[in-house]
Amino acid sequence: MSGETFTGVGVSPGTAAGPVVQVAPPVRPPADEPTPVDAAAATDLVLEAFASVAKDLDARAEAADEHAAPILKATALIARDKGLAKAAGRQVGKGKGPATAIAAAVDEYAAQFEALGGYFAERVTDLRDVGHRAVAAVLGVPAPGVPSLTGPSVIVAEDLAPAETAALDRAKVVAIITAAGGRTSHTAILAAQMGIPAVVQLHGATSIAEGTTVAVDGDSGEVTLEPDMELIEAQRARREALAAALAEVTGNGLTRDGHPVNLLANIGGVDDAVAAGATDVEGVGLFRTEFVYLSAQTMPTVEEQAEVYRKVFEQFPGRRVVVRTLDAGADKPLAFANLGDEENPALGRRGLRLCEAKPELLDSQLEALAVAAKETGADVRVMAPMVATADEAAWFAERVYAHGLPKAGVMVEVPAVALRSKHVLAEVDFASIGTNDLAQYTMAADRMEGELSHLLDPWQPAVLDVVAAACDGADHNGKPIGVCGESAGDPYLALVLAGLGVRSLSMAPSKVPAVRLALSKHTIQQCRQLAHLALEARGAHEAREAVRAAANEELTAIL
Amino acid sequence: MAQRTVAIGSSVGLHARPAALFVEAAQETGLDVEIGRPGQDAVDATSILGVMALGAKHGEEVVLTADGDGADAALDSLVALLERDLDAEG
Repeated sequence: MSGETFTGVGVSPGTAAGPVVQVAPPVRPPADEPTPVDAAAATDLVLEAFASVAKDLDARAEAADEHAAPILKATALIARDKGLAKAAGRQVGKGKGPATAIAAAVDEYAAQFEALGGYFAERVTDLRDVGHRAVAAVLGVPAPGVPSLTGPSVIVAEDLAPAETAALDRAKVVAIITAAGGRTSHTAILAAQMGIPAVVQLHGATSIAEGTTVAVDGDSGEVTLEPDMELIEAQRARREALAAALAEVTGNGLTRDGHPVNLLANIGGVDDAVAAGATDVEGVGLFRTEFVYLSAQTMPTVEEQAEVYRKVFEQFPGRRVVVRTLDAGADKPLAFANLGDEENPALGRRGLRLCEAKPELLDSQLEALAVAAKETGADVRVMAPMVATADEAAWFAERVYAHGLPKAGVMVEVPAVALRSKHVLAEVDFASIGTNDLAQYTMAADRMEGELSHLLDPWQPAVLDVVAAACDGADHNGKPIGVCGESAGDPYLALVLAGLGVRSLSMAPSKVPAVRLALSKHTIQQCRQLAHLALEARGAHEAREAVRAAANEELTAIL
Repeated sequence: MAQRTVAIGSSVGLHARPAALFVEAAQETGLDVEIGRPGQDAVDATSILGVMALGAKHGEEVVLTADGDGADAALDSLVALLERDLDAEG
């Protein structure tokens, strides 16, 4: 096994080595759990299990940092919930064994919360986590989830729940490996935000023995078991050289010959805005506004919305903030704007299509954005998701201007808009390419299907062809076009995108320094040559290899 | 029986962190505190699942009730807590 290397999909850049800590999968109650002889004693077992789970979570909250502690404390409160304990007690009364009773009580509450939808459905993960822990406690087996870490560790799991990823101890977790998950899974996005190297889709990851030292490369997706000192030293030297090189370039994104490529942040809430605002990004290239709505049962008032937007805009005085209007639909249903179930939500009435059915949603959001923009003086630009035609773009732009907002744009996610961008861009001021959805629709591969990760590779030449078509149409109108998908954060792909004519790149703020460095090492003409190489390649792998081979050697030596 | 009516101050409503802080404070009073919408069935204020399922939004009025020694003082401190924008702090 020593030195053996496996390849998954690298989703968060960087390298690290450390011992493996396996995250235990949840245990199910035994199917043949007998009816308790003594119901009172069985109820006591249930109560003790919940109490020990609460105590354990409290202890972990004590040891956790300021971000994770509130999440763990709130989960402990669920374990201590009297209603949940009573529901489990009633199940014991019906003749269920303690583990089965806990699972049934959790199912009861989970069903209620799922029926409420939106924010409540998201909290079901925490509720189920408590249930899994209590079942493990009652059965006397190790608690599922991330155990408390004693030193630097590489976390390995089948998959991680968002709450588990968020609660990871950043000081001790040096890398994350999952067997499942995809390029745009929550684990991938959160790991990138936290700056922890991560590899997903590593088959057989859960069978790596606990304590095995592994070297993880979050760029190439390579995981080496029992690496020799040479590899560990080489990775360390590369990390140090990269850190030194990154520290040397700061400020606005520029190619070596001074061609500007704006470097922007993707944000999804006020916390992200505060964190990104403190860095030297040139603004926000994608502000996802769904969080304002998903937690609400009725439509938030204009003033409620404006209050949130104000808090975001205040972080970027003198900088741009590109706002994506509400992107909800059948897969992210809103309690107050549900158009009913759809067979195929990704192709259904989502994004701007939902707003066409419910224009009052869009109008109230635009009104709130206009209020907040006026009060904060931020350079606010508004764009619509899921636009497919020039007519839709014109419809949207007219509404944006009617609310006194100066700049309207479209997301390029539907290949139709990319192919027709000459006509679409004539209707608006700018466009931004969402490469995650654009890849999904170009390759006809579901983003949530981890097994199709290879088709969703943003290096797929067909996706790059579609990007090139969008750029040509924008250029025809002299309108700026940017990229705000995960691909903008890949330093080599960033060079290709700049070469195709993209004028701004928006990404997780942790990815900005490496992209800034890559741009500073190439002229715009070199970027165009790299773009040509990628478009001429036969497949995704060939495109990436061709670009790496032709890129500046000082860069390839350390990235 | 002590009773207070208060509008939710948190911008995200009585969810997540604000709900957890409120439930912890209600537990610390050691009293049977209930929370509900005016004229509707109330829920146990010390149950996080109950309080979250109530789904009280920003600006919405809720009624707090409690019985026993120190009920008035306890409700006053809970009212002060609910009036703040708990989500914006920290």
